[in-house]
Amino acid sequence: MEATTLQCLYKPRDYASDQEVKWCPGCGDYAIISAVQKTFSELNLKKEDVTIVSGIGCSSRFPYYMNTYGFHTIHGRAAAVATGVKLANPDLSVWMMSGDGDSLAIGGNHFIHAVRRNININLILFNNEIYGLTKGQYSPTSERGKITKSSPYGTVESPFNVGELTLGSKGHFYARVPDTDVKLMTEVMKQAYLHEGFSVVEVLQNCVIFNDKTHADITSKETKLNNQILLEHGKPMLFGENNSKGLLLNGLDLEVVTIGENGISEEDILVHDASAKSNVLHNLLIQMKLPEFPIAMGVIRNADANVYDKAFFEQMENQEQLSKYKSLDDLFMSGNIFTINS
Amino acid sequence: MKTTLESVVIKFAGDSGDGMQLAGTLFTDTTAVMGNSIATFPDFPSEIRAPQGTVAGVSGFQIHFGTSGVHSPGDTPDILVAMNPAALKANLHNLKPACTILLDSDAFSKKTIEKAGFGNNPLEDDTLSDFKVIEAPITSLTKSALTDLGLDNKTADRCKNVFTLGIVFWLFSEPLEQTINFFKQKFKNNPTIAEANIKAIKAGYNYALTIEAIKSSFTVLPAKKVPGTYRNITGNQATAWGLMAAAQKAGKPLFLGSYPITPATDIMQELTKHKWTKTRVFQAEDEIAGICSTIGAAFAGNVAVTTTSGPGMALKTEAIGLAVMTELPIVIVNVQRGGPSTGLPTKTEQSDLMQAVWGRNGESPVVVISASTPADCFDWAFEATRIALEHMTPVILLTESYLGNGAEPWRIKSLKELPEIKPLMLETKDANWQPYKRDNEKLTRKWVVPGTPEMQHRIGGLEKDECTGCVSHNPQNHELMVKIRKEKIQRVANFIPEQRYKGKDAKKLLVVGWGGQFGILFGAVNELQKEGKDIAFTHFNYINPLPKNTAEIFSKFDKIIVCELNDGQFANYLRALLPQFKYEQYNKIQGLPFTVKELKNKFNQLLEEK
Ligand code: SF4
Repeated sequence: MEATTLQCLYKPRDYASDQEVKWCPGCGDYAIISAVQKTFSELNLKKEDVTIVSGIGCSSRFPYYMNTYGFHTIHGRAAAVATGVKLANPDLSVWMMSGDGDSLAIGGNHFIHAVRRNININLILFNNEIYGLTKGQYSPTSERGKITKSSPYGTVESPFNVGELTLGSKGHFYARVPDTDVKLMTEVMKQAYLHEGFSVVEVLQNCVIFNDKTHADITSKETKLNNQILLEHGKPMLFGENNSKGLLLNGLDLEVVTIGENGISEEDILVHDASAKSNVLHNLLIQMKLPEFPIAMGVIRNADANVYDKAFFEQMENQEQLSKYKSLDDLFMSGNIFTINS
Repeated sequence: MKTTLESVVIKFAGDSGDGMQLAGTLFTDTTAVMGNSIATFPDFPSEIRAPQGTVAGVSGFQIHFGTSGVHSPGDTPDILVAMNPAALKANLHNLKPACTILLDSDAFSKKTIEKAGFGNNPLEDDTLSDFKVIEAPITSLTKSALTDLGLDNKTADRCKNVFTLGIVFWLFSEPLEQTINFFKQKFKNNPTIAEANIKAIKAGYNYALTIEAIKSSFTVLPAKKVPGTYRNITGNQATAWGLMAAAQKAGKPLFLGSYPITPATDIMQELTKHKWTKTRVFQAEDEIAGICSTIGAAFAGNVAVTTTSGPGMALKTEAIGLAVMTELPIVIVNVQRGGPSTGLPTKTEQSDLMQAVWGRNGESPVVVISASTPADCFDWAFEATRIALEHMTPVILLTESYLGNGAEPWRIKSLKELPEIKPLMLETKDANWQPYKRDNEKLTRKWVVPGTPEMQHRIGGLEKDECTGCVSHNPQNHELMVKIRKEKIQRVANFIPEQRYKGKDAKKLLVVGWGGQFGILFGAVNELQKEGKDIAFTHFNYINPLPKNTAEIFSKFDKIIVCELNDGQFANYLRALLPQFKYEQYNKIQGLPFTVKELKNKFNQLLEEK
């Protein structure tokens, strides 16, 4: 570990810009930015080769705080702007910073299409289940019945599950991480970078001001052991104290079992295959809810698929070979032309 | 008997499924190659699947060709080709007395006559008594010409437009070779269809040659044009080519982010054919993603363009503001159509001018320019790109349905004869550089794109510090930035040619036009000038900023009339900018271009008044 750090071009803090960070003290965004800086450092990314694109919202101030190229765009449109950046210069490492309102409400259309196209962009989706910048209205991920400033009697609508929406949009990379675990965030972000195609990393982010402790059942020190399960590719799905509990497939449903009870041994436990072509089991894992199940964390899906920008440029290169025109002059002079002499 | 003519207007009209657009285009291509001046006006029904045989479903293609005086597709046809009663009905109100009507008599049954809204059979009563009518049983003749090919009824029926075209070719003594070659090429994988079309056109030609009904044919003299090599081009194609040429002259790849919308889609479809030029075409999920991807591509160093029409323009509004704030070079092409809302998608109008100039939140100035003929869409697309890149600003290029779909001969430009475009890119580290540090002359900032070492910076939609580009909420800084952004656009006027006008000796009436009605306005003024009238004409392509000598020209005339296809938007714009003058208006808001006749009437009226 020490050795790799030494080889790095830059230390994590070299990726910080000279701008004062203005998130509320205690906001989960601080942990996310340090994980991103660590990720870039460990991946040895050149500062000038990284472009960070964001929309509008607390999380979208992110680019200002990074000493890379950055673009703070307009509400909901980061995916579209990032797509243009990637197609203009596919050599750039393009990252998108966005929130639950930005990507799933006003920017929902761009989100699903960027996922569907599978363009090579990494999205860090800060899910705090609230609108922070506008001071506390419910978002498309707020739980049903949530009381907020715009829902004083509780919401009467059901939320999106980010993972379900990603898979429903034909996504091939989805990870979920709590903002309390910088090490895990860093690990997952590195995998997102290495995945070719659109990667969605959902961070359960705490908004101390308008939605404090909304993820506390999942992320707090006291509960996390039993209420989270870290999924790692190729490893059995175990969790709880001393990994004493695990997951089984019972018919078409998942089931939580205790090792050693009812003749269950570790061999009976499901082994995580993030690269499986079928997303059925990934969906079941994504849908697990408290209190019956733990919340799935880590890289839940990481499967190969056609990558949009790759195909886009391959087609362009083919056309350069195949075209009957060698210059615009050739094109302009093709077909029915006629000459008028003086 | 052969009559020699200066120019002729033909209109092909039929059901949308009758292939009138193809017949018109093929005829245009041949006349262009024969050296005629041409101008065309395709007139589509709004509904692609409007009920067959109804007036709403009539599709038309008008072409004006000849030796001189061809500045527009012509007011009214000299020859109408009507494939069914509905096509006749739709055009009957707009025919010159004694004009020729060629019609398919097989298409006139009791049912189709009723469907078209005629009380009686117009072939039997005196509806057509003022006209020279050529009744040809086109449907049955086409079928019998093709019997030995063993085609099914429907396929044979599809060839009747080509048979008709054969008749028209004979009427104008035009050769068939080019069209025959077109069929050979187009249907090279389906020889039977190629043969059917070739047989049909020859049969139509020979039919016209032999029948007694057609007593005379015409020769139209070729035009006196600037020497050079020409091709026929539509406004949308010219726009696409102008953009490609500009990107090449700027030495950067072209990027188009766009969403399909009538009547702009052809530009995207044309560009996407030319991936070999490294042009990147991104068909976005919506209009907003179209422009946002364009802004992203501009940030990352491409010549970035988005194309749309009115409703799409409305959706792009917020993002145009982002490009204003971040001072990125993008081109927004609006092929205008009738509005508001969905309006008249296939009809022409010039009613997005105010939207282009002022239609955004905040003080949000952009450069606005417009094209005036189908072929000069090439030059204005090129100029829009030049201004965007050399002045670091969004530029809106207004064309219109009438230009986008219309065609005329274009004197082909070679890349050599086009000027270089010099993007304001900074590629190596400059110690004094700041993201918003400006050039003193143009007030432009430098274009530093991601990937450039040691120049990392952040931009965004929040107000910027005047020099560093960092987010700033300082009140004085905001006011300063609003003024700088405005002044930057105003200074573009120092880098564009002066406004010109035609009619140096005139004093009484100045006709002011802008955009795609150039040809018709020019034609009307030209005729009046030949009649010795005291009239001049000036046509605007630069809308914001206006050329610097605009007021000077206006001050030379007693009266100014602003003519446009809207309710007076350019007139009101001029009233706001140059309130010292009085502006008369001539407006038409029918989804149709002007006619020379109505313009001359209006101008004569103003010339006669005191
Ligand atoms: S409002 Fe909430 S999300 Fe926004 S910065 Fe403050 S704590 Fe973070």
